[in-house]
Amino acid sequence: MSVLDRLLPEFFVKVDKELCIKCGQCVMNCGFSALLQDKNKNVKPVHEKCVACQRCMYVCPTKAIQVSKFPGTQKHNDYWKPEYINNIKKQANSGGILLTAAGNDKQYPIIFDRLLLDACQVTNPSIDPLREPMETISYLGEKPVNIFIEFKDNKYILKNNLKPNVKLNSPIIFAAMSYGAISLNAHKALARAAKECGILMNTGEGGLHKDLYEYADNIIVQVASGRFGVTPEYLKRSAAIEIKIGQGAKPGIGGHLPGYKVDDEISFTRMIPKGTDALSPAPHHDIYSIEDLAQLIASLKEATDYSKPVGVKIAAVHNVAAIASGVARADADYIVIDGFRGGTGAAPKMIRDHIGIPIELAIAAVDDRLRKEKIRNKVSIVAAGGIRHAADMAKALALGADFVTIGTAALIAIGCTLCQKCYTGNCSWGIATQRPDLVSRLDPDEASKKLVNLIKGWSLELKEIMGALGINAIESLVGNRERLRALELSSETLEVLGVKPAGR
Amino acid sequence: MVDMITVDALNMDSKQLNRKIKELVSQGQKEINIINVLGQRFIGNGIQDNSLKITIHGVAGNDLGMFMEGVSIELFGNAQDGVGNTLNGGTISVHGNAGDVVGYAARGGKIFIEKNVGYRVGIHMKEFENNVPVIVVGGSAGSFLGEYMAGGILVILNINSPKIMKADAIGTGMHGGKIYIRGDVDINNIGKEVVILDIDDNDYKILKNILKEFGNKFNFNAVELLKDKFIKLKAISHRPYGNLYAY
Repeated sequence: MSVLDRLLPEFFVKVDKELCIKCGQCVMNCGFSALLQDKNKNVKPVHEKCVACQRCMYVCPTKAIQVSKFPGTQKHNDYWKPEYINNIKKQANSGGILLTAAGNDKQYPIIFDRLLLDACQVTNPSIDPLREPMETISYLGEKPVNIFIEFKDNKYILKNNLKPNVKLNSPIIFAAMSYGAISLNAHKALARAAKECGILMNTGEGGLHKDLYEYADNIIVQVASGRFGVTPEYLKRSAAIEIKIGQGAKPGIGGHLPGYKVDDEISFTRMIPKGTDALSPAPHHDIYSIEDLAQLIASLKEATDYSKPVGVKIAAVHNVAAIASGVARADADYIVIDGFRGGTGAAPKMIRDHIGIPIELAIAAVDDRLRKEKIRNKVSIVAAGGIRHAADMAKALALGADFVTIGTAALIAIGCTLCQKCYTGNCSWGIATQRPDLVSRLDPDEASKKLVNLIKGWSLELKEIMGALGINAIESLVGNRERLRALELSSETLEVLGVKPAGR
Repeated sequence: MVDMITVDALNMDSKQLNRKIKELVSQGQKEINIINVLGQRFIGNGIQDNSLKITIHGVAGNDLGMFMEGVSIELFGNAQDGVGNTLNGGTISVHGNAGDVVGYAARGGKIFIEKNVGYRVGIHMKEFENNVPVIVVGGSAGSFLGEYMAGGILVILNINSPKIMKADAIGTGMHGGKIYIRGDVDINNIGKEVVILDIDDNDYKILKNILKEFGNKFNFNAVELLKDKFIKLKAISHRPYGNLYAY
């Protein structure tokens, strides 16, 4: 190996010899073979292989391991950052496309952090959610413009033919993450938690494993360009169907699940030969227009006897409002808009970091457009991509979303430390991997409890926020931008957001 | 229950026709004959029934037999786009021409088209275990044939068509399955992911069985075509983009 081939390690693993009891837990737990033990059981790090997934630090009983940034850094340069230099060296070695995972981590302004929520003081009373009723139930799907009620035999009878809606106890959906990108145990955890919380999980585009059939009422099944595992049975085993057009982390491009992740079970679930790359082309080959999209929506509704909502997921791109309007008119029942912070199991770095727009602007633009065109009732808006906590969720709702999805946050609850190496298939936490030794360490029961707790916590916090706002139902929060104020955002941004500056 | 029931599709829209078909299926009807079909879409869509036979007279609209499993559809007339789109199983025979994207992402079942087909036919077909979809086209096929193909068998017979196919970008991105072509292709018209091979004894056996069935459908001796030159297109790798990335 020439010195030109070499990269400096990104991380430095320090093993404190005094604290180390040579138990070997760290070595066993490292999915990336970055820790070895010599014949005297001394732990030897291989710094180059460490990805800072932190599993060793969590498992070490004596806290003898520390992973830090490699101390021998380059000469400081604010423009040529170490990441860029390393990237160039990697590409000079291989001539390849830089790959990464998880969401865009670059220093773009974070609009959520410049938005502040309102609260009641004196003139209208706030509500105590612990003692007073607070409605967090939301319905996914098209709503009627008017309702017609008849009073007959001492009973009120609804005269409308309502479109199919799915009831969720909280306005939260587990984001689409495919079996293949993540492990079956992770999928099981998400499905169980969705059932227990009365919310939904999303299969992603990799099909539905038979073990998850029993959770059908809490599952959105996705239909993407590869049509992996899309069968009549798959469409039936779901609460809703989602056509995936785009993803926030990689708008406009398809996906490649590497062949080494396609084992027997994934081959069967995705319906592709074992060991073959699962290629999702960038477009659906039967969709080249809004009319074609309308046709696929109609086809899916036909296939399921108009019994469930059919949604469309698009990435937040420059023209998102016009696209969303087309999607709503194509008879979609909900639209997922995935912002540029949205996560992924694998995406080209240049795409993830430089394409798309923030979810905050996209939701506001779409909500605005659909209201102006008087078709807002035709779809539920689902905001996805980078929702970090309950306040982000509340802000997203106030900007105009009916629901949020959480992917990264859900995975963090079950171990993920955002090392961004999902595409290697070596996830030490048993999440983004198909290696049996790694998958087995994620207990679906334990993980589902973590997810249930997370949803419980966020739901309570959402109620607290709503109480402070003096609002007692999600419906009154959705699109209520009067209850948001902005801190130090440009007037153009304020105009798109439809939010006043703080103090006004 | 009568053995065969005839539905007149005249003045029915797609939704009404499909509702009628599903109603008959739920009543246990095993043979349905539909006449006066004038472009109604989604016929047979999502139906799972191994003993159901649907005969169609007229022009079938887009997505004939989409998501279908087990049903046998015979169409006397032409079909529009998306015949057997995302087909899971069953048989679709078209006595005529079919449009674009025939058998998109099919992972089971058989599609027989008597005459010509449009663009992007057999795109992203797959296979797993014993599920191997088959598409046979009697006439010619348009460009992007078998693009992204991950499995299955695609046969183009080029009857009454130029023996060197005019289609471009054949097998682009192909990473599994086989395309058999009676006649030849110009090397400039195939994707960089495929190679052109002569057919061997095993291919001959596969083709003989498929052509026998195809000939029976359309009343001619298709096996005789095997006297002519056939070529096979096969993917170079089942991981065409394995070396695309810098880790």
